[in-house]
Amino acid sequence: MTADVEARYLPLLERFRAGKRTGLARAITVVENEQRGFEAFLHEVLSVGPRAARVGVTGPPGAGKSSLLAMLAGHYREADEDVGVVAVDPTSPYSGGALLGDRIRMNDLATDPGIFIRSMATRGSLGGLATTSKEVIDLMDAFGIPRILVETVGVGQTELDVTGAADTVVVVLVPESGDGVQAMKAGLMEIADIFVVNKSDRPGADRLLKELNQAIHLRTGPGGSSTAGPAADVPAHHGVDMAAAMKRRNEERGEVKKPRRWEAPEGWTIPVLKTVAQTGEGIPELADAIVRHRAHLVESGELADRRRARLERRVRDVVQRRLRRGAERAVAGEALATTMKAIVDGSDTPYSVAGTFIRDILERETNG
Amino acid sequence: MNDERKIRVLVAKPGLDGHDRGAKVIASAFRDAGFEVIYTGLHQTPEMVVNAAVQEDVDVVAMSILSGAHMTLFPRVREMLDAEGADHILLTGGGIIPEDDMAALREKGVGRLFGPGSPTTEAIAYIRDWFEEQGERV
Ligand SMILES: Nc1nc2c(ncn2[C@@H]2O[C@H](COP(=O)(O)OP(=O)(O)OP(=O)(O)O)[C@@H](O)[C@H]2O)c(=O)[nH]1
Ligand SMILES: [Mg+2]
Repeated sequence: MTADVEARYLPLLERFRAGKRTGLARAITVVENEQRGFEAFLHEVLSVGPRAARVGVTGPPGAGKSSLLAMLAGHYREADEDVGVVAVDPTSPYSGGALLGDRIRMNDLATDPGIFIRSMATRGSLGGLATTSKEVIDLMDAFGIPRILVETVGVGQTELDVTGAADTVVVVLVPESGDGVQAMKAGLMEIADIFVVNKSDRPGADRLLKELNQAIHLRTGPGGSSTAGPAADVPAHHGVDMAAAMKRRNEERGEVKKPRRWEAPEGWTIPVLKTVAQTGEGIPELADAIVRHRAHLVESGELADRRRARLERRVRDVVQRRLRRGAERAVAGEALATTMKAIVDGSDTPYSVAGTFIRDILERETNG
Repeated sequence: MNDERKIRVLVAKPGLDGHDRGAKVIASAFRDAGFEVIYTGLHQTPEMVVNAAVQEDVDVVAMSILSGAHMTLFPRVREMLDAEGADHILLTGGGIIPEDDMAALREKGVGRLFGPGSPTTEAIAYIRDWFEEQGERV
């Protein structure tokens, strides 16, 4: 149950629905700051469901993610498609501040009315995105932007969040990134739908390309494409499809499948492309691979699955977020202090006191 | 709910002069002060500044202007922000700006400006104090 949108948000809701960019910008702020009543606001504007094509771009720091994204956005603009960009950079753990510099690479698009770029700081979130990035993407989608590009923080390891934010994940590496084995170790094989070797004007690009292709075929076997199910974790064994068997077993037991997808879907071989983001070399091919991947997602039914998995995860996230927030609020300040006396003098225990808090939290949360 | 609202600042370097050392120093100092700084690089036109300010929904725009064009750039950005309905944004900045010009710009709705010698802590304190007075935006 969600409470009605607070009256103070009604003018904003109107601006948002009227397609005013200031309305989208402020709505993002409300959500990013998790301002009071932001969930009811989201509930109101998201009732249309997802429509946009969402592409996530991830990879190590400085790999050229922003530059690529700018080129890609430019490519879509040539076809007169509106583009939304969510670019995430890290919050400094020391100061809580952040230097958000992804726009520097997008200056060519800076005054194009068909592009909306929003920079976000991670604010302590560790998965490569900010806690509310996915909801910001949803807002852009609901605003009517048909293509949304998301840039994660540049961290070399698995940026798992991006898989929960995008339909298609592009992993960007550079010749200096190391070899294909490192990419495997970092878990990039599991999250990539498309590999890009950027800065391929530099030596070593062809070597990396070759190694990535080898790693992909190692993983997917001679058939060239991976099997459905959690094949990435479970090797096929003597011709028995362990993955499918495990899945069946888990389903029989009624176990909830973990919110994963992220093995490349059946029939999709991860392409490895070379680009030079500065010159735009390889961008049409990248755009083409994204189109093909999307077609594949639609045809195989995987798009619906991914969206479902994403929404499932969202429900889980929101439940956790609200309960955590409620818990923090409940035990802050006076309330806890007053109950302490009874615990200390032995007339009550932490367990019953906690029970009372939890009842309060649930009551507050169900009433909006 | 975040206990402490982040201050979002666009640090912009308009004009044609080719170095942004000053702007970068400011941007890092702001970050170290806990601000979320959107940095857009060199050669920003007023249109670019205003567009970024709107999309990023910043609280503050800080422009570093060393070219001597402050008397045109500050008022222009102020007018364009206001025209976009972003009159709540504090426009501040720094550069080689004579006292008289600073006063004249204040008349036009520009906030405090800081000369080349002033420590970044001053601008930080100024922004913090200003922000304290602002309510939550909806
Ligand atoms: N030689 C070469 N340089 C490139 C290429 N693409 C990007 N660069 C440069 O690499 C640097 C980093 O590019 P960005 O686009 O900011 O990289 P990023 O991955 O977004 O960086 P973070 O967001 O900081 O992780 C810039 O100086 C770019 O100009 C390329 O294809 N070749
Ligand atoms: Mg970047």
